[in-house]
Parts: sequence; C-alpha cells; structure tokens
Amino acid sequence: MALLEIRNVVKRFGDFTAVNHVSLSVNAGEFFTLLGPSGCGKTTLLRMLAGFEQPDSGEILLDGKDVSNVPPEKRPVHTVFQSYALFPHMTVRENIAFPLKMAGWSADKIAPQVDELLEDVRLSKFGTRYPHELSGGQRQRVAIARALVDRPRLLLLDEPLSALDAKLREEMQIELINLQKEVGITFVYVTHDQGEALALSHRIAVMNSGQVEQLDMPETIYSYPRNRFVADFIGQCNVLESEVKAIHGDGTMTIAIKGCGEMKALAREGVTVGQQGWLALRPEKIKLDRELPELANEAYFKGRVHDCLYMGDVTLYIVEVGEGVRIEAMLPNSAPGLAKLFDDNDLVEIAWRFDAGSFLTE
Amino acid sequence: MQERLGKWLLSWPPLAYLVVFFLLPSLIMMFAAFRYPGDYGGLMPLTSEDPATGKLVLDITLDNWRDYLTLESFVRLVDEPLYIELFIKSLWYATLTTLICIAMGYPLAWLIARSPKKYRDLMLLLVILPFWSNFLIRIYAWMILLGPQSALSKAINLVVTAFGHEPVSLLFTPFAVIVCLVYVHLPFMVLPLYANLEKHDMALLDAAQDLGASAWQRFWKITWPLSLPGVYAGAALVFIPALGMFAVPDIIGGTEGIMIGNLIKQQFLETRDWPFGAVLSIMLTGGVLLMAGLAAAVGRGKQKAKQKHG
Repeated sequence: MALLEIRNVVKRFGDFTAVNHVSLSVNAGEFFTLLGPSGCGKTTLLRMLAGFEQPDSGEILLDGKDVSNVPPEKRPVHTVFQSYALFPHMTVRENIAFPLKMAGWSADKIAPQVDELLEDVRLSKFGTRYPHELSGGQRQRVAIARALVDRPRLLLLDEPLSALDAKLREEMQIELINLQKEVGITFVYVTHDQGEALALSHRIAVMNSGQVEQLDMPETIYSYPRNRFVADFIGQCNVLESEVKAIHGDGTMTIAIKGCGEMKALAREGVTVGQQGWLALRPEKIKLDRELPELANEAYFKGRVHDCLYMGDVTLYIVEVGEGVRIEAMLPNSAPGLAKLFDDNDLVEIAWRFDAGSFLTE
Repeated sequence: MQERLGKWLLSWPPLAYLVVFFLLPSLIMMFAAFRYPGDYGGLMPLTSEDPATGKLVLDITLDNWRDYLTLESFVRLVDEPLYIELFIKSLWYATLTTLICIAMGYPLAWLIARSPKKYRDLMLLLVILPFWSNFLIRIYAWMILLGPQSALSKAINLVVTAFGHEPVSLLFTPFAVIVCLVYVHLPFMVLPLYANLEKHDMALLDAAQDLGASAWQRFWKITWPLSLPGVYAGAALVFIPALGMFAVPDIIGGTEGIMIGNLIKQQFLETRDWPFGAVLSIMLTGGVLLMAGLAAAVGRGKQKAKQKHG
C-alpha cells in the first residue's frame, strides 16, 4: 500500500483553480518530486499535504487514513521551508529539540536524539550557535535536522535549495540524497529546477496549471516527454511540427517533418494516419558530422550550420535543414585541444535513430 | 575625512541641545542637592562671609540627605516612613500601570500588525489620536467620566448598593490614578509593540505549527520571546514617565492617590526646599537607572548561560 495517496484533490482560491483534480500516490521510502513552473500548483499541493490548506474536494490519505482535515500540528508530516524558518531566538540545539519538546519528550531523552541528528547533518560543533551565526548551507542543514528529529512519516521540502548559490546547491543535493537513504524517510520535494528534480528523484510529477502533466521516472520524463509542455519545460528539446504518414505493424510509423522530409519514428498508441503532431527530440541524441552514412533505421538530413553556442563541456549547433526548419544538435567537446568541430555556414549532415525522439499529439 | 566632518556637523546640534537642556540642568540639580535652601525658594548664595574671620567660605552641606544617608534617618524612617513609603507606592503604581498597558496594548498591537495593510495606518492613527488634544484637558475629561454624576459611577454604585454596601467614589482614589495613568501611557506601549510585531516572519509560526506546536505554544515559544524587545521598549516608555507623573495624581488622585512626583513638585513650589526636592529627584532617577541596570545584567547573564550550556 502506498504511504501517501492523493485522490482527485481540487483547491480553488476565488476564481483561480490552483490544484485541479490531482491524483497520485507516493510509496514509502521514495524520493518524490513535484516539478513545475511557479503558479503550477505544486506549492499549494505541498501545503495541503502539510495541512496548511484544506482541499475543496478529494482526499489525502496517509497510511490509508484520510488526513485532509487534520491540522498541521497533529500530522506526522514536517516541512523544510524555503526560507528555512529557523527560530532566531533559539540555538541550533533548541531549534532541533523543538518538535521533541512539543511532543512532550523528557529532557534526558531529547539530548541524545538531538546529538544524533546534529551528527547526521555534520553540525555537532555548532549546537550552541544561533541561526544568524551560520552560513546558508548550515542553516539549511539545521532546518532539515529539525524536521527529521522526531522521525516523521513524510518530509516535505519546499524549494529548499533555491536560496543557495550554484556550487553549494550541488553539494547539498548529494547530501540530501545520502541523508534520505540513511534515514529512510519518504521525501516529497517541490522545485521548479528541472536539473535538481532529475538528479534527486526516484519519480517526478511534472505539474502545470494545477494538473499533473506526466508522472514517471526521471529517465522516462527526460527521454520520452508525454506532451509539448513537458518536452519544453525539461531540458532543451527540438519540437518539430510533423504529420503521421503511415503506421507499421512493428511498433514504428512514418512521419513527415514539415519543411524537412519523411522519417521513421516510434509508433504512439491512439494516433491515426494524417494526424498532426510534433516530434520531440533532445539535441544530444542527434548525430552531426560532415558526412554520415544513411542507415535504414535512422532519419537523415543535410543542412548548414547556422549558429554555434560554445558552452564549455558541450557545443550546441543550430543546423538549418530545410526551409525555416532549424534543429539543435549538441556535441560533447570531448576531443583534445580546443575541440572546435564546425563553423557557421559549414555544410553538415545530421541523423538520429528512429527511437531517439517521441511523437507528441498535444 | 569628509564623511567624518559630515557626521560631526549632523550630530553637534542634538548633542549641544542635550548638553544645554539636559546635562547642565541635571548637574545643577545634583549640585543643588548639596546646598542650603533659600528663604523664599531657590538656593542660598554659594559662598558667604564668615562673620568671625571675614573670609569667604563655601556653603555646601550633606544635611539634605539626612533622611537617607545618616543613621538617624533610619530611625526616622521607621518612625515616620512617609517618603520611602511614597517611593514604594509610586513604584507599585508605575509597575501596575506598565503591566496593565502590556496586557491591554499587546492584543491591540497584535491585531493592528495582523490587519490588512490598508487598514493599519488608520488604526495607528486612531491609537495616537488622543495626542491631538491637550493632555490636561483629557485628564479633566476623566474627572467628569469618573465623577459622582457620571454614568459609570452611577452604574457601579447601583450594583454596590444592591449588595448592601455604601456607595463608593471613583474620583480622587488610587483607582482613578491608575485608570488615567494607563489611559495616558497606552499609546507608548502600543507603538513599539506594533513596530516589533509587524516585522515578525509568519513563516516561523507556520514552521512551529508544522513541528507540532499548538496555538498556545506558538504564542509563548515564538511570538512572545521574539516580541520582548518591543515589550521592553514599551515598558520603559510607560514605566519611567508614569513613575515621575505628578499632574494626573494632582488632578484626579486626591490625598490617597499622591505619588513621588507630587512630593518633588511640592518641595520646589510649596515647601520651597529646592535642595530637598533635588535629593528626591536624584533618588528617583538613581532608582530607575539601578533597576534598568539590574534588568540588563540579568538579561545578559541569561544569554551567556544559554550560549554556554546550549
């Protein structure tokens, strides 16, 4: 049985529907991420899980029991807030001990538990400091320790890394994964940062306009986005207008990319011949060279380099393959030296395997 | 260099003002406490000619302090403890006023701080509205409100006599003094409290609730300790002027409601014993400073203990 089950939850603020018939379930021990742009409803959903908002309809079940109307202080669920919300008048120890005190633990039982958590987040030496005497990353760790100290069933994290600089964020990501493995508590993580979501999660729910657009493993979401929103939102993606020309029995079909030509692609359930759609194709799945062999199971086009965006580890080439059709291809700069492969206006050939992209109908 | 010059130019007018109108008078008063009173008020000349030798001598004395400093005075304090009693009574009135102001001002400040932004200015305006009319007029208004013909007096006496007691007078009682002291000083409690409460981060209360704190615990563990600077500021702004207040007890307190301020005023204007009035003033100021110092020391001690033991 799933630890957390959200059934058909709706939340409106006036005329605005923040969460629109969302259903999903989270397994025990999972690192689950709600990913989406601001205003997509992910934070509202999180606040409903914490108990700060009540759903207008639908149910939220924790361990099989409906907790929709249980107030936050009575839920075995804690939140790590975006601003950390550490109590400024309490030391690190007092902050971490707070949930235990509220739960009525005795002082001699609190001390060892707090010690253990301080050790878990590598802050043993900082117990008597006040929050304003800590760095951003340290505050973050105190906030996490405080929320984990009484072993909640569920830990909610609301964009916890967004206030940190890029380098520290990466370190904290690794720490979060390790911590989650160590304590074995289920994490529900909210972020608008797709890189973070891909790196941390077991599963991701991509949200938009109050609805879940796709719920899958990070690899599936990235490689096979289900619609144009997911394709656009996560990573870079070529979205090429196409039309279904023929459907074959072997799980493939033939599509025509507008202004470009025909190619083989993975068949998609429910599509019919003549249907309009889009081919979503990640730039790094495309092969690019001065000359490429034409293979049976690959799409193949000739083109001209329109622009090169050098990004250090990779270079993004924008190749014009047809009338106004530009395809972005990404090549690693793994060759020794400057590794500059092509220049603007170079004639090149590009190709990709039939299963490199996915056909989108919406 | 230029920055320092600017700072100096900006700070000398207020500094000069304080020196001329606060520091010098304070020094004069301190000095006055060691001189002889003039026959009709004021002070005796600082020097006089010794009739025997014809030399100029400095006329300073410790006599004015006799009630407080000499052994004899302790005997007098037991026999006739009027002054010390009046000090203690004034401290008690000021403390009570401060406590009532906290009890009444805190919910009000909290309510204003939590109101929608567009109403806050209006509510603050209402809090300071009484300042727009003269202080004495407002106290005289209370005379009418508490007078024997007022609806309040009549209502209270209706209840009192119904239970078979003699009718009571509200005016010219310590009760009237406390009511007016609270009324006069309440805005000084509300404003610093509001300034503090308004800055509180609501996320802290969310976090406390999320971590299992009930509404009661959220107030006492989060809101109250974080608002203490505001409480202290308000308490100082209420306690100190309330302690020295003489106008309110003069008008509304009768003989029962007299405070130390009245005694000081009496020494200067009626008894015409300026040096003794100066002694009482210094004792009042010294007492307040001593208490403030003690409170600060206790606060620092607590903070240190917490740092040490976590």
